[in-house]
Amino acid sequence: MFSGFMVNAWIVSTLVAFVGGAVGFFIVMRGSAFVAHAIPNGSFAGAAGASLVGLSTLIGLGVFSLAGALGIGLLTRRGRHDVATALSLVFMLGLGALFLSFSVEYEPAVLSLLFGEVLGISNNQLWPTICLTILCLLVLGLLWRPLLLDSVLPDSTRGIDPFKLELAFLGLVALTTTMTVPVVGTTLIFALMIGPPAAARAFTARPGLALALSITIAVAIVWGAIAFSYETYWPIGFFVGAFSACAYAISRVAKAARRT
Amino acid sequence: MHAVLHAIVEPGFFSSSNVQLAVVIGGLVAVVASGVGVFTVVRGQSFAGEALGDIGAAGGSSAYLIGIGPLWGFLGINIAAASAMELIGIQRARGRDLATGIVLGLGFGLAALFLYLGTTESNTTGAPIQILFGSLFLLPSSNLPLVVAFAAGTIATLITLYRPLMLVSVSPELAAARGVPVRLISAAYLLAMAVAVALSALTIGAILSTALLIGPAATALRLTNRPHRAFLAAAGIGVGCTWLGLLLAWDSYYWPPPRNGWPVSFFVVTLVLVAYLASGVRRRRPAVSGS
Repeated sequence: MFSGFMVNAWIVSTLVAFVGGAVGFFIVMRGSAFVAHAIPNGSFAGAAGASLVGLSTLIGLGVFSLAGALGIGLLTRRGRHDVATALSLVFMLGLGALFLSFSVEYEPAVLSLLFGEVLGISNNQLWPTICLTILCLLVLGLLWRPLLLDSVLPDSTRGIDPFKLELAFLGLVALTTTMTVPVVGTTLIFALMIGPPAAARAFTARPGLALALSITIAVAIVWGAIAFSYETYWPIGFFVGAFSACAYAISRVAKAARRT
Repeated sequence: MHAVLHAIVEPGFFSSSNVQLAVVIGGLVAVVASGVGVFTVVRGQSFAGEALGDIGAAGGSSAYLIGIGPLWGFLGINIAAASAMELIGIQRARGRDLATGIVLGLGFGLAALFLYLGTTESNTTGAPIQILFGSLFLLPSSNLPLVVAFAAGTIATLITLYRPLMLVSVSPELAAARGVPVRLISAAYLLAMAVAVALSALTIGAILSTALLIGPAATALRLTNRPHRAFLAAAGIGVGCTWLGLLLAWDSYYWPPPRNGWPVSFFVVTLVLVAYLASGVRRRRPAVSGS
């Protein structure tokens, strides 16, 4: 389990969990779960399109997740936030369906894109993932104070255009999507970005501590998921989804127990 | 004249029995989903609708595994998921998205597992893609009675609940003050939405099903402020997008690339988005009930 090609899988997925847990903290703080679901999910079309024209999956994911983030950001300026998000998402998925119908991709390849394939992490994904991790953490560090302020007291960020801040935040989600999708798949990165921070916030109200706890839980979930996935051959996404829900359930029970 | 018509409608469209079935089922489902969707948009529950659709993928794939029709799978898992969301507090505005998200994550995990088992342990080639992205032309005719029954049931529920549901959706406080059982009505609506999304998933695919639920309704609510007209407009737009999508998909067999047509779902989803964007250009005043 720890030999040869699996070493890469462990490194890459630990980075993925680290960034997912950190960015997820703000997603939960800002209540943008729907957007966090829509951007990674919609970027599926990018991966499908990239394989159609013979480009790297990462480029397709990057382009489509950024385009999706921008589209959602612009559409939500007018009209209802959730409607705009839903329609952007289904349109991107529709494009994905179109690209799929053109390509001759085998079904398992499509499914591994949707639901993750940890054994498919190759050597040449290591460096892009490390670079993207550093980039994500840098952006997160820059946005830390304004985002935190804006999330807690929406009108308190004087001097910063809230729309620009929202766009920057969506861009951060898109960046995270790009690096995390090849590991846990377009659908399950969302579980990784929601479950751990939601659980962490049930335990503590202090932002720094909650962030650290969120990252810890995310890394634990991913490690557990890899181990189980390796033993059972079941898709890693299943374990990520199930463990995230478990973490959240435990935190709810613990919170209820403390209150009584 | 004949040549023009020929160019618009490729030969065989109206005489194919697959097309006839798709037109009937697609139209029926569009009416139900769009009608239910008007309340979804007014109540701001798009994410719940989206989540139900995605979770439906787990139902559709497990149905293949145990050998029953996908519609039963969609229905079963959607109703279970709607109940779970209701129990962990989806109706409260605060933390609602989070509760939805957790259920959605779990549902997607199950979908991943069932689809994987479906591809490895039973021979269902093409089934996963069909569940996820739909295939309106390939529906077996045995679905028709079921679709009619569930569509009729959902519409009947919607008509029965209409007045109290409208009050609860627009002003929960006022409804509670007047003695309307807010939680019961909301739960009943969530169930109706679960059925509508399941029907939509059958036609345009599990992960695209929100398009029919949200798109026509949101477009209609931008065009008119009156509830009755909004329902009629939403149903009209939904059916229009579905039928036009069917026609374009049929025609696309003669478009590049050779050897295959473009998926119906792609056209339906794109038309829905175009309709929504067009309605935004026509009118920029906020729609009914704000929020």
